[in-house]
Amino acid sequence: MSTLSTASTESTKNKLTLGRLQLALRTPSADTVSRIARALMLPLIGLLVFLFAWHIAARNIDTSLGQFPGPAQVYEQTFGLIADHNRERGREAAFMERQEKRNAAILAKDPGAEVRMRDYTGKPTFIDQIGTSLITVLAGFALATLIAIPLGILIGLNGTLYAALNPLIQLFKPVSPLAWLPLVTMVVSALYVSDEPMFAKSFITSLITVSLCSLWPTLINTAVGVSSISQDLKNVSKVLRLPFMTHVIKIAIPASIPAMFTGLRLSLGIAWMVLIAAEMLAQNPGLGKFVWDEFQNGSSDSLGRIMVAVLVIGIIGFMLDRAMQLLQSRISWDKNAVVR
Amino acid sequence: MTHLELTGVAIDFPTSRGPFRALDGVNLKINQGEFVSLIGHSGCGKSTVLNLVAGLYEATEGGVVLEGKEVREPGPERAVVFQNHSLLPWLSAYENVELAVKQVFRNTKSRAEMKEWIEHNLELVHMSHALHKRPDEISGGMKQRVGIARALAMQPKILLMDEPFGALDALTRAHLQDSLMEIQARLNNTVIMITHDVDEAVLLSDRIVMMTNGPAATVGEILDIDLERPRNRIELADDVRYNHYRHEVLSFLYEKQHKPVEGDSQSAAPAQKAAKTAADAPQLAQDMHIVKSTPGETTASTAA
Repeated sequence: MSTLSTASTESTKNKLTLGRLQLALRTPSADTVSRIARALMLPLIGLLVFLFAWHIAARNIDTSLGQFPGPAQVYEQTFGLIADHNRERGREAAFMERQEKRNAAILAKDPGAEVRMRDYTGKPTFIDQIGTSLITVLAGFALATLIAIPLGILIGLNGTLYAALNPLIQLFKPVSPLAWLPLVTMVVSALYVSDEPMFAKSFITSLITVSLCSLWPTLINTAVGVSSISQDLKNVSKVLRLPFMTHVIKIAIPASIPAMFTGLRLSLGIAWMVLIAAEMLAQNPGLGKFVWDEFQNGSSDSLGRIMVAVLVIGIIGFMLDRAMQLLQSRISWDKNAVVR
Repeated sequence: MTHLELTGVAIDFPTSRGPFRALDGVNLKINQGEFVSLIGHSGCGKSTVLNLVAGLYEATEGGVVLEGKEVREPGPERAVVFQNHSLLPWLSAYENVELAVKQVFRNTKSRAEMKEWIEHNLELVHMSHALHKRPDEISGGMKQRVGIARALAMQPKILLMDEPFGALDALTRAHLQDSLMEIQARLNNTVIMITHDVDEAVLLSDRIVMMTNGPAATVGEILDIDLERPRNRIELADDVRYNHYRHEVLSFLYEKQHKPVEGDSQSAAPAQKAAKTAADAPQLAQDMHIVKSTPGETTASTAA
C-alpha cells in the first residue's frame, strides 16, 4: 500500500505502470500457488491414502512368517539394512587393517618375503546387491542397445531385410527371460572358459539374459522410426546422392530419435524387470538373489526386508526411466517436443 | 540448342487392377536458360513429369536426355525444390545448404570456399540474417527460400521446382516470385516449375506447357510468353498481352480441359459473381485467379 501512495504523487503515467506491475505480480502468483499445490498436494494425498490403506491391510494379514509388514516395519527395516551394511564395511576395514599390520610385521623381519593381500569374503549386503544389479542391468542394456540400434536402422532402411527378419523378431519378442535362462547358463558355462575370467560367469549369464529380452522394443521402434522417414527427405537424400553412412548419420538417425528413445525406455524397463527375475531364479548376485535369500531365510524380519527390496526396485526402475528421459531431452533436436 | 529433351515418355504405375498409364507420349524440348512452367489440373501428372526429369521415377517408354546423356537416377545436377521445403528439421539453414554443398563440391572446393559459397547462396535468397536458425524457427516463406538456396548451391544444370510457392500465402508468394525472377535474371538457370497458379505461370515463364487431364496425360498446348524482362507485376496487371496470355491459359484449363467433377458446384457460382468485379479491379483479384474469370470461362462453367 505504501508503494501505491508514493506512486500517487508521481505522474499518472508512472502510476499506471506501477499499478500494472502490481497487478502483474499479484495475479500470476496466486495462479502459481494453486499450480504448485496441484503439482504437490495431489500426489501427496495419493501417497498418504496408499500408506494408510497399506497399514490397515497389513495389520489384517497374518502369514507363517508373522504379520505382513506395514509402512512402520518397512521404515524400520530400511535402517536395519543400512546398519547391516555399515557393520559389514567396518568388518572389512578391520580385516584389511589386520592383514596390512601382519604383512608389515613380516616385511620388517624379512624384507625379501612375499606378502599377499586376501580379499574380504564376507556376505554381500543389501547395498552391495543394489550395486551389482545396477551394473548388470546397465551392461545388459548397453549390449542390447549396441545390437538393436544398428540392426534396427538396417532393417528400417531395407525392406527386404525387414521382410526376412520380421518373423524372427515376432517369434522371439514374447519369450520370457526364464525360458532363456537355462540355455544361456549352459552355453555360458560351455563357451566362457578362461583361467582368469575378467567377469564372473553369473554376471555374464545375467547380462546375456537381460540383453536377449530387452533388445526387442529398441529394435522394433528404431526400425519403425527409420522406415517412416518422409518420402520428401528420402528424395532429398537421393537427389544429393548421399553415401549410405551420410544418409544414416544425417537423416536416418536424427529422424528416428524420438521413436528410438521410446524403444530404449521400454527396453530399459524390461531389462530391469528381467534382471530381478533372472537373479532370483539363477541365484546370481543382485537384488533378485537378496529377495530369494530373505524368503528362504524365513526370519521374522524377512518380509519387511523383502518389502524394502520391492520399494527399492520400484524407485530404481523409476529413476532409470527418468534418466533416459533426461538423456532424450538432451539429445533430441526437437526441443519443443513434450517428453513423457 | 536443346538442353533437355523428353521423347515419347510414358509411365505406368502398378495398381491392383493392372498397370495404370499416368503419362503417355510426352514430348518436350527445353533450351538452356529457359524458364518453363507446367500447368494443369491436379492429378494430371505434372509432378510425374518433374520426378521423371529428376530421376526419381523411371519412364516405362521413351526417355529423358539432359545434355546428351540419358537420365537414369537422381543427381545434384538436377536440383529439386520441393513443395513443402523438405529441409532437414534438425539442421540450421546454413547446415541444410552445407549438406548439399559438401556433397557436390567435396573434391573441388576448399573448406573456406565452401563456407563462402554457402553464405553466398543464402545471401542470394535474402536469408543472411537467419543462417543459424532451424526450420521450425523461421516462417514458411523463409523455409522455401532456404530450399531454393540449397538447390541453387548445387549449381544444377536444371532447376526443378514442384509447386514451390503453393503452400505460401499470397503476399509471401509474390515476394518469392520476385526473388526468383531476380535470381534467374542473374544466373540464367534453366528452370522447370510446376504451378497451378495462372498468374505465376504467365509472370515467370518463357513458355507455359499446358497438360491434358489424366489418365494418359500428355502435353496439350505450349504457350510462348513474349513479354520482355524484367517483368513488373503491377505494370503487367494492366498489360493487354499479359491478360491475353492469362486468357489463353484459363481457356485451356477451363474450356478445353474442364474437369466435370471438380468444376461444377464449386466454381460456377463464384465465377459468375467475380466476373463483374474482376474487370474493375484486376489487381485485387490478382491472387484469386480461380475465382477471377473471363467471360469465356463463365459460360463454360455454367454450360457444364
